[in-house]
Amino acid sequence: MAGPQPSYFAVLGTFARNGLVRDMTFRTNFFIELFTVVFWAGMNLCFYFLLYQFADEMGRGSGWSKWPFFIFLATGMFINSLMQAFLVPNAVEFSELIRKGNLDFVLLKPIDTQFVVSFQRVKWSALSTFLVGVGLLGYSLHRLDYAPGFSVVLLYPIYIICGVAIMYSVMMCLASMTVWMGRNQNLTDFWFYLTIFSRYPLEIYTGRMGRPIQIGFTFIVPILLAVNIPARFMAKPLDEGQGWLALYALAAAAVSLLVSRRFFNLALSGYRSASS
Amino acid sequence: MLMLAAIRVRLWWTIFRVSLDERLVYRADFALGTLMRFLPIVTHILMFRAIYTAVNGDNIAGYTFRDMVAYQLLIMISRAFSSMPTLASEIAFQIREGEIKKYLIQPIDMIGFLLLKRVAWKLVYYGIAIIPFSLVFYLCRSYFPGWPDATTMAVYVMSLGMAFLMGFFLEATIGIIGFWFLEISSLLLVYNLFNYLLSGHMFPLEMLQKMPAAVEWLFHVLPFKYLAYFPASIFLGKVQGTALIYGLGTQFAWLIFFFGLCRLSYGYGLKRYSGFGG
Repeated sequence: MAGPQPSYFAVLGTFARNGLVRDMTFRTNFFIELFTVVFWAGMNLCFYFLLYQFADEMGRGSGWSKWPFFIFLATGMFINSLMQAFLVPNAVEFSELIRKGNLDFVLLKPIDTQFVVSFQRVKWSALSTFLVGVGLLGYSLHRLDYAPGFSVVLLYPIYIICGVAIMYSVMMCLASMTVWMGRNQNLTDFWFYLTIFSRYPLEIYTGRMGRPIQIGFTFIVPILLAVNIPARFMAKPLDEGQGWLALYALAAAAVSLLVSRRFFNLALSGYRSASS
Repeated sequence: MLMLAAIRVRLWWTIFRVSLDERLVYRADFALGTLMRFLPIVTHILMFRAIYTAVNGDNIAGYTFRDMVAYQLLIMISRAFSSMPTLASEIAFQIREGEIKKYLIQPIDMIGFLLLKRVAWKLVYYGIAIIPFSLVFYLCRSYFPGWPDATTMAVYVMSLGMAFLMGFFLEATIGIIGFWFLEISSLLLVYNLFNYLLSGHMFPLEMLQKMPAAVEWLFHVLPFKYLAYFPASIFLGKVQGTALIYGLGTQFAWLIFFFGLCRLSYGYGLKRYSGFGG
């Protein structure tokens, strides 16, 4: 017998409010987190600012000169901050739920388990990077003296959501593995190391070392597309013959979500609770 | 007198051996973790290679592309010596939970105990990490200018040793701040951020030459560069002659400073501390 369907938006709103209440309870901690997150973003910016004092482009002829690359960085900040605010804390929590057996309580709730597991906690401080990204994007576009067209303004946020979907799927698969591993302490480390690959333009992955990385992270685990495709829309048009990448990114996002959903359900069916 | 000394040595030896065994339990996790730490280096190298294609004359602040790759790899070695994961948080935890009482009633000095434990952990770490390190360094051997002469090598090892001790006393001091603040995780986070930037982990400090002089001065006057940048630049022959002697002297002075600060703050902290219950 199916009961009344819960309103997912209302539940999401409650999660967001709870997250804010929680953050405001430990206010000093919140502000320190805010400082750390913004400082980290600033430090990265300074590093690339320094690099571009010595070179005009990241890869001769690649088109990633200073301001387009800063648009790339801003795009990465959007995706990363959304991940850190909504999904990463939950994935970490998920592996703890499995380990301690507390997933039982989530399974009992009359709402989609993956939804609760993915959005339960919201870390508001991480969204500060989003604001830094907005500033950086605006300033870089101003320096380039370039106003994006209507289609770009429309497609950019869509592809950012696709990017988040791809990253989320990978993270969810990693977290689901806890069911079989018992303990997944290296999860965040592994996630961090994996996402590093997504932080650079496709063009740097060439040669004997770069090419396999480019292929692997485009076609097998498509994290390279997450930042690259939206950033390209905004910073520089796709080259001739690269239009397929835009279509492929959409498909990759959809398939990634499907695979992670399957994987999540498979993990749930393997879940045996812990103790009594 | 001699017997007392023998008992003391045996005690320290036992602590060392127990710590060694404790660390060996997780060796597989360890080796995997170490190998994973090389992943960012791969992207860093590829990024620098792309940058160098757009630089005139294969030179960024005196570093050729090969130098830059070698520098990044040497930084990994510096950090393997100077970074002290979990040290500060462990000390703060022991203060908060009252576990520190055990050092007050047993004839063991906490700082000495933790130092020995850390030496044992590091030895296990090197014992296991030498496999992934050798593999990566062997694959990247063409990026290195060759082995430095025996004197430089000796000075390099000395500098790494001092980086280890400096890192230990610095992070232990941060942990000891727990006597006053109890929770130091945020402070530690901020410290790690600054350390990452100021120690030369991100880029060789010579790259600051295009920044305002005050910025460059700040990086050089702070102690952080001795934790990563300084040993690496000794190996690459970037510091020589009087600059090298001056650098080693300053590193030693910082080491003494942090040793003193650590002991002093521990002494003051103990006076503040009160433990209750069993």
